[in-house]
Amino acid sequence: IKASNSLSVSLQAKMSRPVQARRLEGIDKNIWVDFVKLAATYSKVNLGQGFPDFPPPDFLKEALVRALSGEKDMLHQYTRAFGHPLLVKMLAQFFGKLLGRDLDPMTNVMVTVGAYQALFCCFQAFVEEGDEVIIIEPFFDCYEPMVKMAGGTPVFVPLRPRPSKDGRLMSSADWQLDPAELASKFSKRTKAIVLNSPNNPLGKVFSRGELELIAGLCVKHDVLCISDEVYEWLVYDGKEHIRIASLQGMWDRTVTIGSAGKTFSVTGWKVGWTVGPDRLLQHLCTVHQNSVYHCATIAQEAVGQGFQRELELYGKPESYFVQLPKELQRKRDWLVQSLDAVGMKPIIPEGTYFLVADISEFKSDVPDVPDSSEPYDSIFAKWMVKNKGLAAIPLSAFYCEAHKNNYNHFIRFCFAKEEATLKAANDILQKWKQEKTSP
Amino acid sequence: VEFTKVAADPSIVNLGQGLPDISPPTYVKEELAKAAANDRLNQYTRGFGHPSLVKALSQVYERVCGRKIDPLTDILVTVGAYGSLFSTIQALIEEGDEVIIIEPFYDCYEPMVRMAGAKPVFIPLRYKKDGNSASSANWVLDPAELANKFNSKTKAIILNTPHNPTGKVFTREELQVIADLCIKHDTLCISDEVYEWLVYKGNKHIKIATLPGMWERTITIGSAGKTYSVTGWKLGWSIGPQNLIKHLQVVHQNTLYTCPTPLQEALAQAFWIDYKRMDDPDCYFYSLSQELESKRDRMAQLLQEAGLKPVIPDGGYFMIVDVSTLNVDLSGVDEEQPYDYKFVRWMITSKKLSAIPLSAFCGPETKREFEKYIRFCFIKKDSTLDAAEVILKNWTKQTA
Repeated sequence: IKASNSLSVSLQAKMSRPVQARRLEGIDKNIWVDFVKLAATYSKVNLGQGFPDFPPPDFLKEALVRALSGEKDMLHQYTRAFGHPLLVKMLAQFFGKLLGRDLDPMTNVMVTVGAYQALFCCFQAFVEEGDEVIIIEPFFDCYEPMVKMAGGTPVFVPLRPRPSKDGRLMSSADWQLDPAELASKFSKRTKAIVLNSPNNPLGKVFSRGELELIAGLCVKHDVLCISDEVYEWLVYDGKEHIRIASLQGMWDRTVTIGSAGKTFSVTGWKVGWTVGPDRLLQHLCTVHQNSVYHCATIAQEAVGQGFQRELELYGKPESYFVQLPKELQRKRDWLVQSLDAVGMKPIIPEGTYFLVADISEFKSDVPDVPDSSEPYDSIFAKWMVKNKGLAAIPLSAFYCEAHKNNYNHFIRFCFAKEEATLKAANDILQKWKQEKTSP
Repeated sequence: VEFTKVAADPSIVNLGQGLPDISPPTYVKEELAKAAANDRLNQYTRGFGHPSLVKALSQVYERVCGRKIDPLTDILVTVGAYGSLFSTIQALIEEGDEVIIIEPFYDCYEPMVRMAGAKPVFIPLRYKKDGNSASSANWVLDPAELANKFNSKTKAIILNTPHNPTGKVFTREELQVIADLCIKHDTLCISDEVYEWLVYKGNKHIKIATLPGMWERTITIGSAGKTYSVTGWKLGWSIGPQNLIKHLQVVHQNTLYTCPTPLQEALAQAFWIDYKRMDDPDCYFYSLSQELESKRDRMAQLLQEAGLKPVIPDGGYFMIVDVSTLNVDLSGVDEEQPYDYKFVRWMITSKKLSAIPLSAFCGPETKREFEKYIRFCFIKKDSTLDAAEVILKNWTKQTA
């Protein structure tokens, strides 16, 4: 009895100090946990979380089947920690070609568990207390907590919409950085800037001029560039995806991140990569070998074979990197038309498989909740999934806490969906509109 | 990283890195083929663990632990047990903390603790002479020495049972000593139990989390790679009370968010198959250790015949071996390096056999104490062990 008394006393005594590490402060909330749960419970049509609902390409599924068949048992065991030999070889060849450089698969490429882990390795490797990291808003939500977890301070700079001329629909190109404003964000504490082009959630594809502006500032202030290019193949209307690492003075200070999930429509395989100079990648390897060490072998083998095929077909019409954007552009146009027809104002994305729509003229069903700290678009999105069964993500999710109410009447849709899904979304929207306009 | 490069040479018999070269069970491979064919499973799943997998894990471990385990709040699926160690340490350890590490230790514990800003405090297993047998059971902690390592800064102790590299299976009494100290000092226990199914006759794997007062302060880590001989699947898990696991989940959602879907589904199906036969000796959880026991015994015999002194492991798939009995003179070679590093390099070049030097598993103070040992891995197919046999049988002939 005496022992259990001292046990409960000591437990109580220690419980006043939190058991968790301080690096978790302020990063425990995650919008996806909430919105994925809501979509799973209520949605009939899920255009929320970014993943395709169509199958991956046959050649990739076949590559996985090939890897699993026969006596290739060693594919079930550990492979090279910094990347499976076939995959890093193909990535070095492929990106070497695209960047116009000779890349060494052993030192210029590192494979990660999705682009997500690549981002984590970058922040852990390069950012620490006292460092500032510039993040362009709206941003893929993980950048902010990852910078904080590394002890750094995020510094935000917004893309600002230019009003559209003559009533035409806005394009993601109309959302731009103010050069003076951007320049003002660079200080001697600035360690890195995170660039995401094509941009999630807006779909903006940064132009050469815009990239040169950013590059110029990086060189001037000796700042690193973490370039998240997971949607690199999803560009529309003949636009070009330009890799900032290929600009003057940038190769040496840039880590370029890619994703098999987005490239080959297999988000569930969680294979990503980083490409960059050895002087930067060696530090990513240090983080990687102390956090995850190896990535799953089989998925890497299949993705390596996928790249082999794409290298052979590069630029040809049968290339998946040609066919996928063509297919998605059709879907984009379909969804744009669908949203426009009911009075939501879509911003036409130049890239990615997301688009953002302005709901300020559509929102009448969904009352604002005065005195609520929750931004209006979040209230709207939650109401929409619960009452109409259509899931989308509020744009405020992609802003820091302080700026969540700056753009609170937009929601993000994912259009990497089967025709049937997009049709079903259209039906919901049409029905909803009719219910609004009829007495 | 260093030794895997050297041993990638196919002419070398690789008994170094803990890599099975035996086949995973057929049904495990088949489940992955099935999962891969299902289009739904090629996209993101639940971040903290695929639903069917956490459900299967909760069932298996409820049975083993004799307590209710909530699949959604008490389990986190990670990229290998390695990822679980990382998530646990990042979630619960920080600057100002001390973490007790038992030597020799799986080498990642120290850098992970340092990366979290904390101070590793080492305590060695010490060899206790007990008759003529050299068993992993002879390697023990001194309770008084252990007690001295605990203070008000001690945040956690890392336990690894069955132990890599010695193969020691901590007894209930030994675990109770550790548990008593954890409770007395209100310390967490990070229990790396990846080899939990690999225990040999006469031994029982006991989960420290099942001891009184321990569930609420223990994170227990497991591994698909070691359970099913699929190290390349890189799936592991952390199991513990919600108030600790929730912090691991926060780390996970800020590091890689979710693990691959088809692999998790295949693993879930494999677990269901074995869960249903947990009363059956055919269950892979038991049949693998039976298969490995005979490999262990064969390996031990070969090493003894070659004049080496193996420490027979009670669990795991590693065996440490005292090489000082051979008296190989390496004094001419690089003085700075511990003896076992030099021995392994010499053995790789001249005998075409690789192993891992034990000082790789020690903190700076103890490296010299363990430098006469090297570690062999015996989860190898017969042909690999046959090749090792040839080398070992010829060894004494050459050095004589």
